Amino acid sequence: MVTVLFFVAGALAIVSTALAVTRPNAVHALLYLIVAILSLSVLFYLLGAPFAAALEVIVYAGAIVVLLLFVVMMLNLSHQSVAEERTLLKPSIWIGPGILAAVLLGALIALLSNGAPAGGDSIEGPAAVGTALFRPYLVGVEIASFLLISGVVGAYHLGRRLKEPRP
Amino acid sequence: MRQYPIDYGLVLSAVLFAIGMAGVFVRRNVIFVLLCIEIMLNAAGLAFVLGGARWGQADGQVMFIFILAMAAAEVSVGLALIMRMFHRFKSLDTNEIARMKG
Repeated sequence: MVTVLFFVAGALAIVSTALAVTRPNAVHALLYLIVAILSLSVLFYLLGAPFAAALEVIVYAGAIVVLLLFVVMMLNLSHQSVAEERTLLKPSIWIGPGILAAVLLGALIALLSNGAPAGGDSIEGPAAVGTALFRPYLVGVEIASFLLISGVVGAYHLGRRLKEPRP
Repeated sequence: MRQYPIDYGLVLSAVLFAIGMAGVFVRRNVIFVLLCIEIMLNAAGLAFVLGGARWGQADGQVMFIFILAMAAAEVSVGLALIMRMFHRFKSLDTNEIARMKG
Protein backbone atom coordinates (compact mmCIF):
# COMPACT_ATOMS: atom_id res chain seq x y z
CA MET A 1 0.00 0.00 0.00
CA VAL A 2 2.70 2.44 1.04
CA THR A 3 4.80 1.37 -1.93
CA VAL A 4 1.96 1.98 -4.41
CA LEU A 5 1.28 5.42 -2.92
CA PHE A 6 5.00 6.18 -3.06
CA PHE A 7 5.07 5.48 -6.79
CA VAL A 8 1.87 7.47 -7.42
CA ALA A 9 3.21 10.52 -5.57
CA GLY A 10 6.62 10.18 -7.24
CA ALA A 11 5.08 10.02 -10.73
CA LEU A 12 2.95 13.07 -9.88
CA ALA A 13 6.03 14.94 -8.69
CA ILE A 14 7.90 14.23 -11.93
CA VAL A 15 4.95 15.10 -14.20
CA SER A 16 4.05 18.33 -12.44
CA THR A 17 7.69 19.44 -12.18
CA ALA A 18 8.21 18.84 -15.91
CA LEU A 19 5.02 20.80 -16.66
CA ALA A 20 6.13 23.61 -14.34
CA VAL A 21 9.44 23.95 -16.15
CA THR A 22 7.91 23.93 -19.64
CA ARG A 23 4.91 26.27 -19.24
CA PRO A 24 5.28 29.60 -21.04
CA ASN A 25 3.11 31.49 -18.55
CA ALA A 26 4.68 32.04 -15.13
CA VAL A 27 1.41 31.80 -13.19
CA HIS A 28 0.58 28.39 -14.74
CA ALA A 29 4.09 27.20 -13.95
CA LEU A 30 3.69 28.27 -10.33
CA LEU A 31 0.39 26.35 -10.10
CA TYR A 32 2.15 23.21 -11.31
CA LEU A 33 5.02 23.89 -8.90
CA ILE A 34 2.52 23.96 -6.02
CA VAL A 35 1.23 20.51 -7.10
CA ALA A 36 4.83 19.25 -7.24
CA ILE A 37 5.49 20.57 -3.73
CA LEU A 38 2.34 18.93 -2.38
CA SER A 39 3.30 15.57 -3.89
CA LEU A 40 6.80 15.88 -2.41
CA SER A 41 5.13 16.55 0.92
CA VAL A 42 3.12 13.32 0.56
CA LEU A 43 6.41 11.54 -0.19
CA PHE A 44 7.97 12.92 3.00
CA TYR A 45 4.94 11.76 4.96
CA LEU A 46 5.24 8.28 3.46
CA LEU A 47 8.93 8.18 4.36
CA GLY A 48 8.15 8.71 8.04
CA ALA A 49 9.03 12.41 8.19
CA PRO A 50 5.76 14.20 9.10
CA PHE A 51 7.53 17.34 10.38
CA ALA A 52 9.38 17.80 7.09
CA ALA A 53 6.10 17.26 5.22
CA ALA A 54 4.37 20.00 7.23
CA LEU A 55 7.31 22.38 6.75
CA GLU A 56 7.33 21.69 3.02
CA VAL A 57 3.70 22.78 2.71
CA ILE A 58 3.98 25.75 5.08
CA VAL A 59 7.29 27.22 3.94
CA TYR A 60 7.48 26.25 0.26
CA ALA A 61 3.85 26.38 -0.85
CA GLY A 62 2.83 28.95 1.74
CA ALA A 63 5.72 31.39 1.65
CA ILE A 64 8.19 30.91 -1.21
CA VAL A 65 5.72 30.26 -4.04
CA VAL A 66 3.44 33.04 -2.79
CA LEU A 67 6.44 35.40 -2.80
CA LEU A 68 7.23 34.40 -6.40
CA LEU A 69 3.56 34.88 -7.29
CA PHE A 70 3.58 38.38 -5.76
CA VAL A 71 6.52 39.41 -7.90
CA VAL A 72 4.98 37.90 -11.06
CA MET A 73 1.78 39.81 -10.39
CA MET A 74 3.68 43.05 -9.67
CA LEU A 75 5.79 42.88 -12.82
CA ASN A 76 3.14 41.69 -15.29
CA LEU A 77 0.49 44.24 -14.41
CA SER A 78 1.18 46.58 -17.31
CA HIS A 79 -0.42 45.55 -20.57
CA GLN A 80 -2.06 42.16 -20.94
CA SER A 81 -3.34 41.66 -17.40
CA VAL A 82 -7.07 41.92 -18.16
CA ALA A 83 -6.99 39.55 -21.12
CA GLU A 84 -4.73 37.31 -19.06
CA GLU A 85 -7.27 37.25 -16.26
CA ARG A 86 -10.01 36.34 -18.72
CA THR A 87 -8.06 33.41 -20.11
CA LEU A 88 -7.22 32.22 -16.59
CA LEU A 89 -10.89 31.59 -15.89
CA LYS A 90 -11.23 29.09 -18.73
CA PRO A 91 -11.36 25.44 -17.59
CA SER A 92 -8.60 24.42 -20.01
CA ILE A 93 -6.15 26.41 -17.89
CA TRP A 94 -6.85 25.03 -14.45
CA ILE A 95 -7.94 21.51 -15.44
CA GLY A 96 -4.35 20.18 -15.49
CA PRO A 97 -3.32 21.18 -11.96
CA GLY A 98 -6.83 20.30 -10.81
CA ILE A 99 -6.61 16.69 -12.02
CA LEU A 100 -3.11 16.24 -10.58
CA ALA A 101 -4.18 17.65 -7.22
CA ALA A 102 -7.28 15.41 -7.22
CA VAL A 103 -5.13 12.29 -7.73
CA LEU A 104 -2.92 13.46 -4.87
CA LEU A 105 -5.97 14.01 -2.66
CA GLY A 106 -7.19 10.48 -3.46
CA ALA A 107 -3.79 9.05 -2.48
CA LEU A 108 -3.83 11.02 0.78
CA ILE A 109 -7.37 9.89 1.64
CA ALA A 110 -6.41 6.27 0.90
CA LEU A 111 -3.39 6.65 3.17
CA LEU A 112 -5.33 8.24 6.03
CA SER A 113 -8.26 5.79 5.84
CA ASN A 114 -5.75 2.95 5.97
CA GLY A 115 -5.05 3.92 9.57
CA ALA A 116 -1.29 4.19 9.18
CA PRO A 117 -0.13 7.60 10.41
CA ALA A 118 3.08 7.48 8.44
CA GLY A 119 4.57 4.67 6.44
CA GLY A 120 7.02 2.12 7.63
CA ASP A 121 8.78 1.23 10.82
CA SER A 122 10.81 4.33 11.63
CA ILE A 123 8.97 7.59 12.22
CA GLU A 124 10.97 10.62 13.29
CA GLY A 125 8.41 13.05 14.66
CA PRO A 126 8.85 16.72 15.52
CA ALA A 127 10.20 15.89 18.99
CA ALA A 128 13.13 13.89 17.61
CA VAL A 129 13.84 16.56 15.00
CA GLY A 130 13.74 19.34 17.59
CA THR A 131 16.07 17.46 19.91
CA ALA A 132 18.54 16.88 17.09
CA LEU A 133 18.20 20.49 15.92
CA PHE A 134 18.87 22.17 19.25
CA ARG A 135 21.47 19.78 20.70
CA PRO A 136 24.11 18.66 18.16
CA TYR A 137 23.15 21.12 15.42
CA LEU A 138 22.87 24.28 17.55
CA VAL A 139 25.75 25.99 15.75
CA GLY A 140 24.01 25.26 12.45
CA VAL A 141 20.84 26.92 13.73
CA GLU A 142 22.82 30.03 14.68
CA ILE A 143 24.48 30.16 11.26
CA ALA A 144 21.08 29.76 9.59
CA SER A 145 19.81 32.71 11.63
CA PHE A 146 22.80 34.79 10.41
CA LEU A 147 21.89 33.78 6.86
CA LEU A 148 18.23 34.73 7.31
CA ILE A 149 18.97 38.13 8.84
CA SER A 150 21.43 38.92 6.06
CA GLY A 151 18.79 37.82 3.55
CA VAL A 152 16.25 40.21 5.08
CA VAL A 153 18.71 43.12 5.11
CA GLY A 154 19.86 42.36 1.57
CA ALA A 155 16.32 42.14 0.21
CA TYR A 156 15.43 45.44 1.91
CA HIS A 157 18.53 47.13 0.55
CA LEU A 158 18.05 45.86 -3.00
CA GLY A 159 14.30 46.35 -3.10
CA ARG A 160 14.16 49.97 -1.93
CA ARG A 161 12.96 52.68 -4.28
CA LEU A 162 15.61 54.66 -6.08
CA LYS A 163 15.28 58.42 -5.62
CA GLU A 164 15.95 59.28 -9.28
CA PRO A 165 14.64 56.65 -11.70
CA ARG A 166 17.31 56.37 -14.37
CA PRO A 167 16.15 56.83 -17.99
CA MET B 1 9.64 -3.40 1.60
CA ARG B 2 11.36 -0.35 3.07
CA GLN B 3 14.51 -0.87 1.07
CA TYR B 4 13.45 -0.38 -2.47
CA PRO B 5 11.27 2.74 -2.16
CA ILE B 6 14.48 4.34 -0.87
CA ASP B 7 16.36 3.24 -3.99
CA TYR B 8 13.62 4.47 -6.30
CA GLY B 9 13.36 7.62 -4.22
CA LEU B 10 17.00 8.43 -4.90
CA VAL B 11 16.30 7.95 -8.62
CA LEU B 12 13.28 10.24 -8.26
CA SER B 13 15.37 12.91 -6.56
CA ALA B 14 17.97 12.66 -9.34
CA VAL B 15 15.24 13.00 -11.99
CA LEU B 16 13.77 16.08 -10.28
CA PHE B 17 17.22 17.63 -10.00
CA ALA B 18 17.87 16.94 -13.70
CA ILE B 19 14.56 18.56 -14.68
CA GLY B 20 15.42 21.65 -12.65
CA MET B 21 18.93 21.83 -14.12
CA ALA B 22 17.58 21.50 -17.66
CA GLY B 23 15.17 24.32 -16.86
CA VAL B 24 18.01 26.57 -15.70
CA PHE B 25 19.83 25.88 -18.96
CA VAL B 26 16.84 26.24 -21.28
CA ARG B 27 14.64 29.04 -19.91
CA ARG B 28 15.56 32.66 -20.54
CA ASN B 29 13.12 34.25 -18.08
CA VAL B 30 14.74 35.09 -14.73
CA ILE B 31 11.66 34.11 -12.75
CA PHE B 32 11.76 30.65 -14.34
CA VAL B 33 15.45 30.34 -13.52
CA LEU B 34 14.66 31.09 -9.87
CA LEU B 35 11.80 28.57 -9.96
CA CYS B 36 14.11 25.88 -11.36
CA ILE B 37 16.64 26.59 -8.61
CA GLU B 38 13.84 26.01 -6.11
CA ILE B 39 13.07 22.68 -7.82
CA MET B 40 16.72 21.63 -7.54
CA LEU B 41 16.85 22.57 -3.84
CA ASN B 42 13.67 20.58 -3.31
CA ALA B 43 15.23 17.53 -4.95
CA ALA B 44 18.29 17.85 -2.72
CA GLY B 45 16.04 18.07 0.33
CA LEU B 46 14.22 14.94 -0.80
CA ALA B 47 17.55 13.11 -0.97
CA PHE B 48 18.39 14.22 2.60
CA VAL B 49 15.02 13.09 3.96
CA LEU B 50 15.45 9.76 2.16
CA GLY B 51 18.82 9.29 3.81
CA GLY B 52 17.36 10.10 7.21
CA ALA B 53 14.53 7.62 6.66
CA ARG B 54 16.96 4.95 5.49
CA TRP B 55 19.09 5.11 8.64
CA GLY B 56 16.24 5.93 11.03
CA GLN B 57 17.80 9.20 12.19
CA ALA B 58 16.40 12.72 12.47
CA ASP B 59 19.53 14.27 10.89
CA GLY B 60 18.06 14.15 7.39
CA GLN B 61 15.15 16.31 8.45
CA VAL B 62 17.50 18.72 10.23
CA MET B 63 19.43 19.14 6.98
CA PHE B 64 16.12 19.63 5.17
CA ILE B 65 15.26 22.47 7.57
CA PHE B 66 18.63 24.11 6.83
CA ILE B 67 17.97 23.79 3.09
CA LEU B 68 14.56 25.37 3.65
CA ALA B 69 16.07 28.36 5.48
CA MET B 70 18.67 28.76 2.73
CA ALA B 71 15.97 28.61 0.03
CA ALA B 72 13.90 31.25 1.81
CA ALA B 73 16.86 33.65 2.10
CA GLU B 74 17.89 32.98 -1.49
CA VAL B 75 14.44 33.59 -2.94
CA SER B 76 14.00 36.88 -1.06
CA VAL B 77 17.32 38.30 -2.26
CA GLY B 78 16.76 36.87 -5.75
CA LEU B 79 13.34 38.47 -6.08
CA ALA B 80 14.70 41.82 -4.93
CA LEU B 81 17.40 41.52 -7.60
CA ILE B 82 14.76 40.61 -10.21
CA MET B 83 12.70 43.70 -9.35
CA ARG B 84 15.80 45.88 -9.55
CA MET B 85 16.65 44.33 -12.91
CA PHE B 86 13.12 44.91 -14.21
CA HIS B 87 13.21 48.57 -13.23
CA ARG B 88 16.59 49.00 -14.88
CA PHE B 89 16.18 47.03 -18.13
CA LYS B 90 12.34 46.83 -18.46
CA SER B 91 12.75 43.13 -19.26
CA LEU B 92 13.15 39.78 -17.53
CA ASP B 93 15.31 38.26 -20.27
CA THR B 94 18.68 36.94 -19.07
CA ASN B 95 20.21 37.87 -22.41
CA GLU B 96 19.61 41.52 -21.53
CA ILE B 97 21.96 41.44 -18.56
CA ALA B 98 24.50 39.54 -20.64
CA ARG B 99 25.10 42.87 -22.40
CA MET B 100 25.87 44.62 -19.13
CA LYS B 101 29.41 45.98 -19.35
CA GLY B 102 31.36 46.84 -16.23
